[in-house]
Amino acid sequence: MHIGDYRVTYASDEAVFVNATSRFWLGILFIFLLTFPFLAGDYLLFMANVTGITIIGAVGLNILTGFAGQISLGHAAFIGVGGYTAAIFSSRFDIPFLLCLLLSGIMAALFGIIVGGPSLRLKGLYLGIATLAAQLILEFVFVHWESVTGGIRGINLPTPKVFGIALDNDFKFYFVILTLVILCVTAARNLFRTRVGRAFIAIRDRDISAELMGINLLQYKTYAFAISSFMAGVAGCLYVNFLKTVTPEYFPLLESVRYLAMIIVGGLGSILGAIFGAIFMTFVPEMIKSLLGLLGAIFPTAMSFLFPFQQVIFGLLIVGFLVFEPHGLAEIWYRIKNYFRLWPFEH
Amino acid sequence: MSILSIEDVSLSFGGLEVLSDVSFSVEPGEIFAIIGPNGAGKTSILNVISGFYRPTKGSVAFNNKNMDRLSADKRAALGLGRTFQNIALYHGMSVLDNIKLGAHSLLNTGLFSALFYWGAAHKEEIRLRKEIEEEVIDFLEIESIRKKPVGSLAYGLQKRVELARALAMRPKILLMDEPVAGMNAEETEDMARFILDIKEEHNTTIVLIEHDMKMIMDISDRVLVLNFGHTLACGTPLEVQKHPRVIEAYLGQKKG
Ligand SMILES: Nc1ncnc2c1ncn2[C@@H]1O[C@H](COP(=O)(O)OP(=O)(O)OP(=O)(O)O)[C@@H](O)[C@H]1O
Ligand SMILES: [Mg+2]
Repeated sequence: MHIGDYRVTYASDEAVFVNATSRFWLGILFIFLLTFPFLAGDYLLFMANVTGITIIGAVGLNILTGFAGQISLGHAAFIGVGGYTAAIFSSRFDIPFLLCLLLSGIMAALFGIIVGGPSLRLKGLYLGIATLAAQLILEFVFVHWESVTGGIRGINLPTPKVFGIALDNDFKFYFVILTLVILCVTAARNLFRTRVGRAFIAIRDRDISAELMGINLLQYKTYAFAISSFMAGVAGCLYVNFLKTVTPEYFPLLESVRYLAMIIVGGLGSILGAIFGAIFMTFVPEMIKSLLGLLGAIFPTAMSFLFPFQQVIFGLLIVGFLVFEPHGLAEIWYRIKNYFRLWPFEH
Repeated sequence: MSILSIEDVSLSFGGLEVLSDVSFSVEPGEIFAIIGPNGAGKTSILNVISGFYRPTKGSVAFNNKNMDRLSADKRAALGLGRTFQNIALYHGMSVLDNIKLGAHSLLNTGLFSALFYWGAAHKEEIRLRKEIEEEVIDFLEIESIRKKPVGSLAYGLQKRVELARALAMRPKILLMDEPVAGMNAEETEDMARFILDIKEEHNTTIVLIEHDMKMIMDISDRVLVLNFGHTLACGTPLEVQKHPRVIEAYLGQKKG
């Protein structure tokens, strides 16, 4: 039995990874993440990179929707703004990749702030509709402002470079994406240790009492939109650089909905939830596909019949999760963790 | 010099006049009670002071400074603490974080330092934690529940956490809307003791709405009686108790 951690100072009580156990497992995770690209095959590496980029986007959306309670159906469009910003700056003006990353974030944040403006007046579904409008308008712009966006053909990007190293394969990209995922997750985690993060949650839970407690609603809603879409912009920049091309097809409304589903399945208002959700939504469809593929190999005639069922199975899985664990994958994880509490350092 | 003065405040909602020409002033360090039957407009007057309702007429001044143009959050930052009739805690946060939130306007951490959590932001959080532990949590005797989610607490404790949150902002005036409603005798006594201690230790001015007559008569320095948005009487508990119009309209009801 563990005796429970007795924390001497408030400083150590305020730390994120409070005991040896959590630090140990964090170390293990880190070592795994570093060795992964050496062991993984091409396909897994590709999937890991896509997942990493998706995690950044999902963490961004969860800050806005899960923590600050501002629903957004325009997240994919903000990712698109980041993607197009990166594509235009790197292909036309030879702006280096790292600077593009920053510019994409800032540009998306600006759009986020503009779209978030009405959030002081519009709540819940009404804000959902306003962000939906932003999504559709931006999609329209991506397709039709051909002189800038290249229309439906899009823009091809040059190979990005980081400190003189060309990111010409998935292996090199992996480390760039991993670094950014760690940065974004840490920044998000930090946010919720301070008054800014607390203000977000207060606005979500009871906006009137939040205001009477001294929180400027417009300011903090704007902050939430800015951070969220900044991360979306960074994800967009990574995504188009990774695929070396950008077209409007990457950022449809369905993608915004997919991001919402991600944070709901993972756990609203949980950074870990955003990570789990991103992994789930990227890997599970692939797993279903290969499972059906296996079945198809055994029963060749069944394949043509089974294949369209991918989406159905995936949909049923999501519904199942929501019914059995409405607080998402993160909640399941916390329960497992509590069960094993301090293993292997129990005494 | 009054710390809070309300002058000729009227408030209507779609033709329904909720407050009519209400005027009163609160002296520094006093416990000022507002009583009246249900629907008299007590909560509404607190909401006017807090800046959540805009009066149709009249004005509110804090330390002789007119506040009419200030938004609710700016008024809070000046030192207006508030607790609510229907508990308004944030259920997504622990007790500790709820209390910390009360200190929002005393803190400086901006967006960027929050994201990096270096130096100043970190120090500020640690200092805040220490202050809250020593000045609020110890004082209200809620050490044992500080890590719990607020939703899991009994009603009486939630009310206490709400008071803790309001105290964390070191209010100059504490506006309390029915702090003992729904509490049992023991909890009521505790709360009355806390209110008196807050007044004595910090010289905080307290404006309090209550239906519990015994408590009002015990702890308040002055009482304002509202009825249908009109001032019926204002004075010491004894004066108010004897006031014929009050007996008729309010106390009389209960006795009769
Ligand atoms: N936002 C609002 N919109 C419309 N009417 C309101 C609003 N707020 C209060 N009222 C009305 O104003 C009147 C006074 O309400 P208020 O909440 O101030 O009463 P109260 O004295 O606090 O009563 P109680 O003792 O029941 O809490 C009531 O008739 C109420 O219906
Ligand atoms: Mg009331």
